[in-house]
Order: sequence, then C-alpha cells, then structure tokens
Amino acid sequence: MLPEKISEGFRDRELAKKLTERIHENVKGPLRIMEVCGTHTMSIFRHGIRSLLPIDVELISGPGCPVCVTSGGDIDQIIELTEVPGIIIATFGDLLRVPGSKGKNLATARAEGARVEIVYSPVDALKIAESTDQPVVFPAIGFETTIPVIAATVLEAKQKNISNFMLLIYHKVVPPALNALLSDPELALDGLLCPGHVSAIIGEQAYEPLVEQFRIPCVIAGFEPLDILSSIYMLARQVRNNEARVENSYGRVVSREGNPRAREIIEQVFEPCDASWRGLGDIPGSGLKLRKEFKNHDAKLYFGLTSNYVPEPRGCRCGEILTGKVKPPECSLFNSRCTPTNPVGPCMVSSEGTCAAYSKYGEI
Amino acid sequence: MNSKKILLDHGSGGAASRELIETVFLPGLANPILSLFEDSAVLTVGSTRLAFTTDGYVVDPIFFPGGDIGKLAVHGTINDLAMQGADPIGLSLSLIIEEGFPMDDLERLAGSIAEASQFSNVPIVTGDTKVVPRGKADKIFITTSGVGVVPDRITLGSGSVQPGDAVLLSGFMGDHGVTIMSAQAGLSIESSIVSDTAPLHAMVSALLKQAPEAIRCLRDPTRGGVATILCEIADKSKVQIEIDEKNLPVRPGVNTACEMLGLDPLYLANEGKCIAIVDSDAAEELLSVMQKTIEGKDAQIIGTVQAPESKTRHGRVILNTIIGGTRIVTPLSGEPLPRIC
Repeated sequence: MLPEKISEGFRDRELAKKLTERIHENVKGPLRIMEVCGTHTMSIFRHGIRSLLPIDVELISGPGCPVCVTSGGDIDQIIELTEVPGIIIATFGDLLRVPGSKGKNLATARAEGARVEIVYSPVDALKIAESTDQPVVFPAIGFETTIPVIAATVLEAKQKNISNFMLLIYHKVVPPALNALLSDPELALDGLLCPGHVSAIIGEQAYEPLVEQFRIPCVIAGFEPLDILSSIYMLARQVRNNEARVENSYGRVVSREGNPRAREIIEQVFEPCDASWRGLGDIPGSGLKLRKEFKNHDAKLYFGLTSNYVPEPRGCRCGEILTGKVKPPECSLFNSRCTPTNPVGPCMVSSEGTCAAYSKYGEI
Repeated sequence: MNSKKILLDHGSGGAASRELIETVFLPGLANPILSLFEDSAVLTVGSTRLAFTTDGYVVDPIFFPGGDIGKLAVHGTINDLAMQGADPIGLSLSLIIEEGFPMDDLERLAGSIAEASQFSNVPIVTGDTKVVPRGKADKIFITTSGVGVVPDRITLGSGSVQPGDAVLLSGFMGDHGVTIMSAQAGLSIESSIVSDTAPLHAMVSALLKQAPEAIRCLRDPTRGGVATILCEIADKSKVQIEIDEKNLPVRPGVNTACEMLGLDPLYLANEGKCIAIVDSDAAEELLSVMQKTIEGKDAQIIGTVQAPESKTRHGRVILNTIIGGTRIVTPLSGEPLPRIC
C-alpha cells in the first residue's frame, strides 16, 4: 500500500510565490545554473518553473540522464546482442526506442522476433532467468541511485546460483563527471543544482571536494516544485553573498554521509573502471565493472563483446546538449527529423532526456 | 516511422498511430466522413442520421480491478457513439479466442458482457466467434461495432469549438490507465484505484436535453489521455485551449502511482470519462447536470478556449501549473514508458 499524496505540501502556490519573490530579490545579474539530473529537468518543465524565474536565470540541463550518456558503442552492443539465438533481453522501458548506429532499436528488434521483455526492476529480470534455461541479459544503466539495487540482485543471483542471469554493465558514477564538466572553462557555471536521489546514496560530503577545487555553489535538491525553487533561491543567495558551499534543501532524504550500507553493497559487487560518456568522452574512474567473483554474470565476457567507437548520428548535437553547450532548439534536427516518435539521438528518447523535455513541454 | 515493421508505438493512440493511419490507410480510403477522425462516423439515411463506430479490445490483463475486457468492449463502443451525441441502438460482438482459453473465463466474460449490455440498455444484436490455434492470439480479443441515432439539430465535432467556450471534464483522470499499468507492472497500488469503465450515453443524453445548442464537442479521452484529445481539438478548431492544473481532477492514489512510474496523468487512458466543450454561458448549468449523474459526479470545469495568439500559433494547449507557472501541453507521441531511475 502506498501513502496517499506523496507530494502534498510541496506544490503550494502561496509558498511558491514567496520563494519566487525571494529569487527575484537575490538575482542581481546573469546566473547560470546547471541542473545535473534529468528528473530535475523534467520537473522544471512540467511545473512551468522557468516561466516564474527572472530572465537572468539560465537553467542548463546537465548529463544526468543515464540512458542519454550511454555511448553509441554501448547501445549498439545491446541491440546486437538481440541477434543471439534464444537470448532474452530484460530491460527498463526507457531503452526500448534508443536508436543504434545502424537504425535499429530494441523495439524494432522485438518486432523482428527478438525476445525483449520490459521489466520494472532487475529482480523481475532475475525471476525470468529462474524460469528458463535461456540466457537472460539485463542492460544495467544508471547512476548511484540504481546501482545498489542492481548490486543486490547480482548478490542474489550468485547466492541462488542462477548462472543464466547476466548483465551488461554500463553504470556510471556522478562525481567524476561533475569534475570533468567543471574543468571545462567554456561552461562557466555559477552553481550546481545537485541530484536528490544520487545524493541520498553519496551524501552531501561527495560535493565538498568540488566546492573546494572549483569554488562552485552546490545545492542538493528534491524533485517537487518547492524543492527546486528553494534550491534555486539558495544558489542565488550564495552567489549574491559570494559564497561557495554545499547546502542541502532535501534534508528529508539526503544526509551528510549518504547511505553507507548502499555504498558497501556497491563496493562488494563492483570495482571502478574508466567509462566513455556520450558528450563528455572518456572519464577515468567514472564507470563500474563486476568484481571477479561475479564474472560469470558478466554478459560482455560471456558473449565476448567489445564496445566500438560509434560516431554521433549526422547532425545530432546530443553531446553538446548533454554538456550544456547548446539547447535543443539550436540543433537543426530538433522537432524536425528528430522527434519523440522518431528519435535520432538519445536525448529525445529517454523520458528524462533534455530534448524530450523541450519537445514534450515546449517553451512558451 | 522509419522501420518497416509494425511497432507497439503504432497502436498507442498518439502521434505514431496517427502517422500510420495517414500514411498507410488514408491514401486509399480517404473520404469526407472518415477524414473527420471523429469517435464515430455520422451517416445520413433519408432524414435519419446514424452514428456508426467500431473498436478492437486487446487489453492485458483481461480481468482487472473495476472491470474486464468484455465490459470495456461494450462501454467503449457505446461511448464512441455517445460522443457524437447519438443514442445507441445496437452493438455487434466479435470474439477471437485462443485455443485452450479457459471455459470458466469465457463464461465469466459472457456474463459480464450481458450485464454491461443490460445495464446500458443497449442490446447486442449480432455476433461472431472465431478460435485460433494456441499462440496465434493472446487469450482473447474482442471487437464491437455500434449503431446509434443522432437526435435532430445535434451536430458535434472537434472542429466546432470557439474562443470563449468552457472545457468540462466529467471526472477523475487516469484511473483506467493506472489500474492497467500497475497490474502489468505487478505493483500493488492503492486498492481504491479501479478502472473507470462506464457507459456515458445516459449522461450525454442529459446534457443534450439541458442545452442542445450549447454543446460544441464531446470526446472520450481514452488512449493518449486528456492531453492528446485537447491537442486534437485545439488543432482542428484552430484555437488555443488553456487548462488549470489546480482544477484537474486526479485521485491522490493515481498521482502517487504516476510519481512512482514517471507518468503524467494527463496522458493516461480513461474509459468512462468525457471532455465536453461548451458555450461558457451554459457551462455552470451543464456542469451541474453532469454532477447529478453517477458517471459525472466528480466533473470539473478545467479550462477555457481562447483565440490563438497568431495564425501560426493555433492548436496550442497551455497548462497553468499549480505553483503558478505555465507550460505547453503536447500530444502523446508513443506508448508511455516507465522511467529508468
């Protein structure tokens, strides 16, 4: 049984008005804020938050949509795997329409006869594996929010000795990517709206090195409109007072130390590796791979897969969009050749993709 | 769509479905009645106008909280007739059954269809049954067609909406969509959320009796939800529709499920709801007529119709959000997918 009205109180019109007034009072010049997380991007659009902000506030969407930052080579790997006879791909729905470099996606592969099952949790993929002898492969895409659940599923598979359950690990961790972004002088950010769910795992402490190294104001935000407005207000106030520190407006979920137990499980199952991000390129230590005691669940090893470099589709500017350098309407494919029905790049596919948000909610 | 095979998206009721119809069927079939894209066609025989419609039902699971595929098939077709203001006079019932389908389930569905037909007072007047080998269909598919009589002087259409009109919604959004999606996902959502499947012709008849001239357009927001239907109406009538989030009726349990699954209630399917766009002078009296019926007791006025800002900007739907912001509402593009994290 779910609680009723999860969001009650966080969408209050009067409080929103007061926060908006405070933001207007505190913004004294151009303010470039990056919302790192795709769920923030969606929420900002869905609640019409941009329409409330001073014209000087620019919200820039960051690389916080896990499907979007998965490299073209990795996407091709998943799609190609559907050709293995008897294989079952069990995936979250977001991946279904992401196009590979050869024009196929999991939905078209399914229409051609591949077995692609939509699951809502990796545990469901494990259940499918228990019910068959065929290999069941789960593409594991996601940040710190998703990783602990995947790790726990791997532990369960090992404990139950379900050897036909395998994963394609494309996990990425957020702090190294933020470091890479902030090192980019072109971006010139004034503040970071830090992801709420990821922070629940990594804690406030994870942003302290960034503040120290780059003197960038960081505010951890929840996903309700008042969470986001109050976080923008806190960022504006820090900038106005010439401060740079970590503030947490999502204290009901995020603590300073995060969730050590979840991090322990991640550590137990995975070890860091380098990863290739769409838009950001190779970032040392930003990926994860299965530790050797779990190697028999690694689909890349089992099927002998290698990830090739795949250039971006012609004209697609997802890479620049993911790093906040251009906005979707600046891409010549946006809403013409690239639409949610017929996406060219991943940012148009994922429900958390920046282009999908711009296309779905538009700009007044 | 670039792909040469049919995808599930093509059946979502959103942009992909529309594209499929426009590129595959319309070139050969286009005629003035079909091209209106209304919920049912209106045919003239002598001085009588008949509404005629057909719909296939493939819902999975076939039994769900609040109803089943049989009830849905009866109500859905009645509602398509009612949206043209028609009084339904008879339905056809065609079943495609998979070999091995349990007889108990079939009897249960037959009982449910009979109950829905009797309750609605619309008889099943003809039918067909086919059985296909195991694996050639998924359990059972049902198609119903329906005929109804359109009362004199009533002409409803998505292209008849005018600036100044009011937008009414007959009750809570998304109950059916959330019921089915959570059943498919194996989530145990709030037990109070059940499908809203219901026949709407009695409510429509009451509305037409109250103010026949004031009603411009009736639509049932099934696949694609309230958002997609409003976009279609705005497009066809070349107007701008503005809706207020604070007036949108959504059950708390539906909101919660949407938060969890990353869905927007504006895009969820309804099976017993009606959008009515009416002359604003009659809006309050029509609202109270709706609210006096069982199906429409939670009805609300959710928005207004406005002249477009410019010729190029017609067809827009604008949402005033609860917190005081504004944004554009666009039609559904594909099957709503659950999010990844």
